[in-house]
Amino acid sequence: MEKVIAFPLMGNYYIPSSYLFSKICNCKILKPPPITSKTIELGSKNSPDFLCTPFKYTLGTYIECLDMGANILIQMGGGCRYGYYFELQQKILNDLGYNFKYYNLVSKGHTDIKKIYKILKEINPKLKIFKSLYYFYITKKMIEYMDDIEDYIRLNGGYEVIDGEFKRIFNEMLNKFSNVKNYRTLKKIYKNYKNKILEVKLNKPNNNIKIGIIGELYTLMEPYANNNLEDILKKYKVQIKRFTNVTYLLFEKGKKSKRYLKRLKNVKYKMGADAMDNIYYTKYLIDNNYDGIIHIKSSFCTPEIGNMGIISKMCEESNMPVLFISTDTNTSKVGFETRIEAFYDMIEMRKKNE
Amino acid sequence: MNKCYLGVDIGSISTKGVIIDENFNIISSNYIWTEANPIDAAKKLVNSLNIPKGYKLSGIGTTGSARKLIGLMLGANVIKNEIMCHAYGTLNFYPDCKTILEIGGQDSKIIILNNGVITDYSMNTLCAAGTGAFLSSQSKRIGVDIDEFGSLALKSKNPVKIAARCTVFAESDLIHKAQLGYKKEDIVAGLCKSVVLNYLNNVGKGKKIKEPIVFQGGVSKNVGVVKYFNDILNTKIIVDKNSHLMGAIGAAILSSKEGTDREFNLNMNDIKFETIGYECKGCSNNCEIVRILKDDKLIDSFGNRCEKGMQIK
Repeated sequence: MEKVIAFPLMGNYYIPSSYLFSKICNCKILKPPPITSKTIELGSKNSPDFLCTPFKYTLGTYIECLDMGANILIQMGGGCRYGYYFELQQKILNDLGYNFKYYNLVSKGHTDIKKIYKILKEINPKLKIFKSLYYFYITKKMIEYMDDIEDYIRLNGGYEVIDGEFKRIFNEMLNKFSNVKNYRTLKKIYKNYKNKILEVKLNKPNNNIKIGIIGELYTLMEPYANNNLEDILKKYKVQIKRFTNVTYLLFEKGKKSKRYLKRLKNVKYKMGADAMDNIYYTKYLIDNNYDGIIHIKSSFCTPEIGNMGIISKMCEESNMPVLFISTDTNTSKVGFETRIEAFYDMIEMRKKNE
Repeated sequence: MNKCYLGVDIGSISTKGVIIDENFNIISSNYIWTEANPIDAAKKLVNSLNIPKGYKLSGIGTTGSARKLIGLMLGANVIKNEIMCHAYGTLNFYPDCKTILEIGGQDSKIIILNNGVITDYSMNTLCAAGTGAFLSSQSKRIGVDIDEFGSLALKSKNPVKIAARCTVFAESDLIHKAQLGYKKEDIVAGLCKSVVLNYLNNVGKGKKIKEPIVFQGGVSKNVGVVKYFNDILNTKIIVDKNSHLMGAIGAAILSSKEGTDREFNLNMNDIKFETIGYECKGCSNNCEIVRILKDDKLIDSFGNRCEKGMQIK
């Protein structure tokens, strides 16, 4: 039987992941259909009600992929209870009568290259270690380049003179990325497009409004899960700072989070997942004179519930506006937009009266 | 000719409208039920408001959950969220106000102000507990008219305890207490108290409520709820005689501050407005796209999540 691999969607990251699997697994990659209301319906229908939304989203995508013929599913567990979702999703899908193999590449929030290699070797027994390391490296770089450019777009996206310029260039780059042959061409493409991005004409005022967005990783990174929060903010001409991205989670978190913990006086433990990191980001945003913080999470996200008290106290002491948003599988955008609009208006009003 | 401005607040339960002059004095106002038909409600409202001789309408502001639809229909120059409108409306009457408590039909909010600037706000999320909708559904269950609800609550000397966290639990508590034979006024008083506790637990959680406190929204007309706010916050909260109109007043004020005055015509009777929802079949999202027709001509459509739903046919 032909092996067909599928994995869940999160932002634009299916491009590096499908690149990696297509190069080293020697089997077909199924590009998951975009997340739609049907995905969420499928996911929440088959999930326990009180699980967080990433579980429901990814389960929905798996069902859609299995129906399209996938037989190998890849999951990346997190450092919270998402780390245990792997087993539960497998059980639910088996109960639904699907036949498939299921692999968890990242367990307990650690990236263990050896373990990943072992899993990939199981999928493709002919895999050579040198080749896989080479493509690991390219994928890692690809993710880093993407995140680098997206960070720049977030800071400046609201101020482009011609609407949609950044998006067009970025999508063009992603298209080229998915077909690179070696590291040299990847780097060349990156440099080329970075220059193009830097050349985009901006109309950025000096006293622009700066908002930092923090919170639970999946909701932050998947636009469908956060109702296109970043696009809404861009419409209001806001400079956005987001810390969480895959580069950080997979390659930097181990070292950096230890440093963060040392610098925080009010926190002694890591508190699970990104709870402590988000407290550190709050401190960063306060110290760097940002105008507001939006904390977004899926409902029932335990680590983020744990840090909300600390964050709201820090913000209160430093007079920093903060907006807490919980999202669930409800797809109504109106209430969400009202809250963001009011938050923006409040910051603008405060700024005018400073 | 003097200028005047119209503010319309179309909530889930009621539709409020005011006309103010350039100095923000109320010339005309009305309060009617939305009855799940915002277009008709807005038409009715606009017809009932009268612009006196010597005034011309120079701006329209809309707010509330149907602000976009009605804003389009009236051609408003300002379409603003409820938080800003309530703050501007209240600051006009109470410039030194520090806290605004607002309980409406479906949502409730708290706005914290400092020197006339919003510094913090919060809205209820994902839950309608402790809102007007809860009170009106329970008033039907008990068989007490919602207008008499508050005055009946004041008669109670011994309000029953009702869970304040969640509407579902509150309701089962209520049924239980009723079956034990408690007096009606005690149950009604317990309900009013539970709304206050729920509000302070949910929306007001972690917010510093400082005086002067202004209470508004439809529920502020309920004297029972006002009494328990006073008791629990241990202070005297202000309820304006126009407390239910504050959002509309704010919308009108914002419309005059916008600086895009032009002449408006309020004669809506002969114009047909229609909303048609249609499902975009571009992808499996099946976005429900709302199209607004004015005299069978499309004036706007929204609800699309991507470019595919943008085509205007």
